[in-house]
Amino acid sequence: MATQPSDTSVYQGSDFRRLLPYPDRSLSLEQHRALYGPASYRGAPQVLIDEVRAAGLTGRGGAGFPTYRKLEAVLRAAGGAVVVANGAEGEPASCKDRTLLYSDPHLVLDGLQLAAEAVGARQAYAYIHPDQRVLRRVREAVAERVRAGVDRVPVTVVEAAPRFIAGQETAVVHRIEGGLALPRYAPLRVSERGIGGAATLVQNVETLAHLALIADYGAGWFRAAGTSDEPGTLLATVHRPNATPRVIETAPGAPLGELLGLDAATAAAGGGSAPRAVLIGGYHGTWLPADRATALPLTNAALRAEGASLGAGVLAALPADCCGLRETARVVSYLAAESAGQCGPCLNGLPRIAHALRVLAGPGVHARERADVSRWAGQIERRGACHHPDGSIRLVRSALTVFEEELWRHGQGMCVASNDRAFLPLPSPMNPPRTDEDWR
Amino acid sequence: MTMHATNAATDSGTASGAGARLRLDPTRCSGHGLCAELLGEHIALDEWGYPIIADRAIPAQLLADARRAVTDCPALALRLDKAAREGAARL
Repeated sequence: MATQPSDTSVYQGSDFRRLLPYPDRSLSLEQHRALYGPASYRGAPQVLIDEVRAAGLTGRGGAGFPTYRKLEAVLRAAGGAVVVANGAEGEPASCKDRTLLYSDPHLVLDGLQLAAEAVGARQAYAYIHPDQRVLRRVREAVAERVRAGVDRVPVTVVEAAPRFIAGQETAVVHRIEGGLALPRYAPLRVSERGIGGAATLVQNVETLAHLALIADYGAGWFRAAGTSDEPGTLLATVHRPNATPRVIETAPGAPLGELLGLDAATAAAGGGSAPRAVLIGGYHGTWLPADRATALPLTNAALRAEGASLGAGVLAALPADCCGLRETARVVSYLAAESAGQCGPCLNGLPRIAHALRVLAGPGVHARERADVSRWAGQIERRGACHHPDGSIRLVRSALTVFEEELWRHGQGMCVASNDRAFLPLPSPMNPPRTDEDWR
Repeated sequence: MTMHATNAATDSGTASGAGARLRLDPTRCSGHGLCAELLGEHIALDEWGYPIIADRAIPAQLLADARRAVTDCPALALRLDKAAREGAARL
């Protein structure tokens, strides 16, 4: 096993080609094998876990939890184990998981097999976004592998519900068990008691792809990118003004301003056309003023100091002619509609917060709405069975801080927006959940 | 449903008392508000009638009321938990 590098920063460029060497193609099993060789089975559970630990791999689905600890927890649990590749990607602003799944489903499926071996699982699932093109490709890839007889653990592909919170761990377990993709209140983690009562490892598909590469090339290779505290590469979905959203493979330590096309000097001067705010981490993420964000390295350590985190790698630079309050009101209206409606505080609080934000996004003096939003945010915090209310109010609070000047402007009957064009992507049609069928 | 109801009742019975905490399953709670009536010292209601439970152990003199809140909750959404769980590492 390679030793850990002693230097603190080995970022090494922004254009990595570990996970997506051919982003415009979809690799067959044969092509994938020509690139990476067969899955590097270890012949026994546990063995790979130490390598993953040495690599410092963390979950790429948003929570950033150390992968080896989840692997160990599931391995230690009594009874059988089950592994799940989580490709639900319910976040409308993210498309990195689907891009990876389409480009090289076999890298993810290799990682799924290796994770299954590491925890001694006999059953695996691929829980995939309802994008039919991606779903078909993953099903084909699984069939290719069955024909070639390369897998040790059978894989069942399950279509994820088209919902924002469909990838939440308890929702994943519920859905795979044949139920609705609703989060559950559970005193035990799914790593202790998940699908059918078995200890269940739910890992984001990108995390599994990294795991497959770590099995092949080792921890030292993995650590040749990123920083010593946050090693490896990561996929990010980048939204810039007047550009199609792009999936990039970058690494912790990359200059955030460069990734978002922000020129530090322009942003500091508040120049007319430079973005004034950036959204980090997606719709459960955080707005930051562009001049603050520009100077930051893309690390959770640096982002945490600003109250933000990388989440699942969504980065967006708000165009100068878009109103951040309007954008936030649109997104929060969507998030409110995506509530599972199971917990009173979320069911009652989010729609009221969304409505008040829509008022704040329009012209007029709105002292009451702003106080209402702050109070409601405080009331619903940490009171849901899942993270949805907390993530949503995180976005709301950052908007009220970062767009304070815009709130004042609206109070004067003015708005920074020179057009009605929406910037942040939302599902079209919105199709909010109304019946049980919408959660399948 | 019945399973959980039984569990909740058993948990409340086995909780030794000292350091016990009230746990709410927010997906079960439908805001009847009975718990806040029985245990106003420990439970407040938000503006929609859902309980906000104080983030601390139940004082000994309130344990009997807390147990009653657990058994009387029409949605069977409450249970008493030993405080020992609190510090357990969660993955």
